[in-house]
Amino acid sequence: MRSPDANPVGLSAVTASALAVRAQGVSLTFETSDGEVEALSGVDLDVAAGDFVSFIGPSGCGKTTLLRVIADLEQPTAGTILINGVTPETARLQRHYGYVFQAPALYPWRTIERNVALPLEIMGLDAATRRERIAHYLKLVNLSGFERKYPWQLSGGMQQRASIARALSFEPALLLMDEPFGALDEIVRDHLNEQLLRLWNQTEKTVVFVTHSIPEAVFLSTKIVVMSPRPGRIIDIIACEFPRDRTLEFRETPEFIKIAQRVRAGLRSGHSYDE
Amino acid sequence: MTRHYQRIAFALAAIGTLAALVVPLSSEPTIGLFARPALLAATLFTAALYAGAACVSVRLSIAVALVGVLLGCTVTLALLRDETIAGYAIWGFWSAVLANWIAAWLCVARLAAVKLRDKIASRAIDLAIPLLFGAFLFYLWEVAVRGFGVPPVLFPPPSLIAVRFFGSLWTLWADFFQTFILGVLTGYVIGCGTGFLVAIVAHRFTFLGRGLLPIGNFVSALPIVGIAPIMVMWFGFDWPSKAAVVVVITFFPMLVNTLAGLNVAGHIERDLMRSYGAAQRQTLQKLYLPAAMPFIFNALKINSTLAFIGAIVAEFFGTPTVGIGFRISIEAGRMALDMVWAEIALAAIAGMAFYGIVALAERATTFWHPSYRT
Amino acid sequence: MTNSTYSEARPAAIRWHPTVVRYAPVVVIVLALIVIWYVAAVLMNMNIVRDAFERNETPYTTEELIAGTLSAERPLLPAPHQIVETFVDDVFGWPVTSPRSLVYHSWVTLSATFVGFLMGTAIGIFLAVLIVHVQSLHKSLLPWIICSQMVPILAVAPIVIVVLGSIGLRGLLPKALISAYLCFFPVTIGVVKGLNSPDPIQRDLMHTWSATPAQIFWKLRWPSSLPFLFTSLKVSITISLIGAIVAELPTGAQAGIGARLLAGSYYGQTVQIWAALVAASLLAVGLIGLVSLIERWVGQHMGARP
Repeated sequence: MRSPDANPVGLSAVTASALAVRAQGVSLTFETSDGEVEALSGVDLDVAAGDFVSFIGPSGCGKTTLLRVIADLEQPTAGTILINGVTPETARLQRHYGYVFQAPALYPWRTIERNVALPLEIMGLDAATRRERIAHYLKLVNLSGFERKYPWQLSGGMQQRASIARALSFEPALLLMDEPFGALDEIVRDHLNEQLLRLWNQTEKTVVFVTHSIPEAVFLSTKIVVMSPRPGRIIDIIACEFPRDRTLEFRETPEFIKIAQRVRAGLRSGHSYDE
Repeated sequence: MTRHYQRIAFALAAIGTLAALVVPLSSEPTIGLFARPALLAATLFTAALYAGAACVSVRLSIAVALVGVLLGCTVTLALLRDETIAGYAIWGFWSAVLANWIAAWLCVARLAAVKLRDKIASRAIDLAIPLLFGAFLFYLWEVAVRGFGVPPVLFPPPSLIAVRFFGSLWTLWADFFQTFILGVLTGYVIGCGTGFLVAIVAHRFTFLGRGLLPIGNFVSALPIVGIAPIMVMWFGFDWPSKAAVVVVITFFPMLVNTLAGLNVAGHIERDLMRSYGAAQRQTLQKLYLPAAMPFIFNALKINSTLAFIGAIVAEFFGTPTVGIGFRISIEAGRMALDMVWAEIALAAIAGMAFYGIVALAERATTFWHPSYRT
Repeated sequence: MTNSTYSEARPAAIRWHPTVVRYAPVVVIVLALIVIWYVAAVLMNMNIVRDAFERNETPYTTEELIAGTLSAERPLLPAPHQIVETFVDDVFGWPVTSPRSLVYHSWVTLSATFVGFLMGTAIGIFLAVLIVHVQSLHKSLLPWIICSQMVPILAVAPIVIVVLGSIGLRGLLPKALISAYLCFFPVTIGVVKGLNSPDPIQRDLMHTWSATPAQIFWKLRWPSSLPFLFTSLKVSITISLIGAIVAELPTGAQAGIGARLLAGSYYGQTVQIWAALVAASLLAVGLIGLVSLIERWVGQHMGARP
């Protein structure tokens, strides 16, 4: 269920293989001890390659569930979904995406560099390539010099940056991020938002980003997907064409505020602010 | 005890040492300290050191008092070489011993309160404190047994035990080899190894795991040591039966703890592995096993003490003419208690060394666990 | 199909009742173990039975051979039903005060266990309170307490009993002392952990109220340490039982489960040994159950979650 918006993504002009994610009628119903829960209901979504798409909504609106369906960590009970033209399972086995969780999920018994090396070891890259990639991506997230440290010796923000470097290290085309900055304080969060934007500009990856912060979603995205709960569905899809070299000051401009208001309106119409 | 009371205590120690000069040392007629020039000088110096420790800064006082304790203990031990004092010691002597005790206690107390920046020095002090404490206990043992004249046949002093220990090294080695290397170690390696492997299989097949875990918990609580007679019946008198008992005793705690450890990895970490398309073997090797290390080592430490108990109990049910348990029964029957204590010392050293090695290995592999990082 | 993290919420093919899911594996494995036991009994006793038949020069069929392995008089591995039979006989077949009754022997061991357990617990709690309140003891005494467990007291048990016997203490007390030595350790370690378990926040709060150390102990530390205490008590009571049993061995005691094990071992009465083991296991289970019951009662009075 998609409401018409002013900037259609130009679906017909884009061929299927250039779509990073194509979801049609995706539904997911959980059977819990309290009965059935419709986590996702008839979700249609297209994400073009190179997009930065944010899912925003309150808890229980299905945004994390949708992300997990894309990652083949959940299976839909209805509908179809294609990642880069193949099923989510094939995409996972072919390592098309990197996943960043809410918590850094670094292994405490490995140093930072060995943590970043983890997916590379699993995917069978040789030692020389591994070293090169680790150095490159740690530099990209500004963590050079911390290779030999252990996770507990780093702050929360630095751990999360290491986790992002780990997700980038095997160079997937698609990056899936589930509220990666949710556990950090606002100042660190702003800083990391800027860094993530710069990273996206440099690497030209497709990013699917889950958040419940309106400023964060509006600041980072080329497309914002507003969702609402019970059942989980898409209320609105908002396209944003902001200058790619924007900084945090951009958040005070009228264009920004207009989009933010539209997001808020979408949330309200989806009863996100009701009890 | 506040600093103030500690100073008073040091002063009391000084007075106690000086008391040995005037109060009679023995109930038998004996030469007093004034007639023993070397010991007299040493006693006066000791008292001076204790008094000094009461006046100087905390850190200096520790060093000063330690020297004083060393000197004071040597004096009392030297006095005990006199036949007229050993066995008949009274107030004068004991007041000196008591003074040493107070001073040693204060040293330990002050050392424990010292906070150093340097990690190595801090670690060294942590090691020194129990060693000093233990050394002083041995001193007290020696002085008490010799001073009160306890018959060495009944309760020998540490010096006699040490003499017997170093005099029977060959027998001790044979016993150690039989009980510890053949019985305990073999059984420990086999028991822990099989427990570990079964746990990995049970982790892979959840049905098996869900069935084995409660059974393992249940069996761990039972007095398994009672199967010793049956093992002797099946495997004979020699070391295989001891090893068999150790295998059964160590299997279940290892199984239960390893299984619990393999299940401790969090959901997020497991999802991460899934997102990498990792094979089952890779997930086991890179996630489940490292995360399980704290639990595995917990079991290894528990098993190190259980294994010893198992081997020795098994010896009660039948053993060839060698082995720690065997030697203790024989020598106890002969009332050669110094040999018994030498064997006990051997067992204690072996047990502590075993536990210590496991603990060091644990520190090397689980240094990352929060319980180590305080 | 997949390892979803929301596995309970999967639309499953067949929905099993939660009790079945929980207990079915245990039941299946226990049954499998019993089957394996029977097979092992047949295989292990085969030689003895075959020799017996051949000595009497009676012809035998395979069925008779197998039946023989499951009812041999001195089997290498008795069949489960044999053990149950002997156990029932020894428990119900003799008057409770007779030295041939398992109940009598169990009582002897149990009394030593209880006394040792109470002594060990008292010592353990006392040492723990001391260690927590006197700072220097934590670094000086605690390592030695850990070392005390490396000294195999069980090797020393014979001498302890002989020495105590020579000063007139026989029977229950030496066994209880050995049990106490073995079981004070888990209590000490557990209670030290428990007494140190309250959050720094809680301790700071006590500080702002100028509470005395005694008040902090009784109102904060002691209640917080109870869960740790009960976990340790379960471990310690089983160890106390083992200590009591083993303490009976070296002196050739006449009564108690350890004595039963010895007698069975001397006279080759395998099934008697197994029956005594079953009795010991039942005792262990009963003791743990007792501690759990007390724990639940205490928990109810302290608002623990059911």
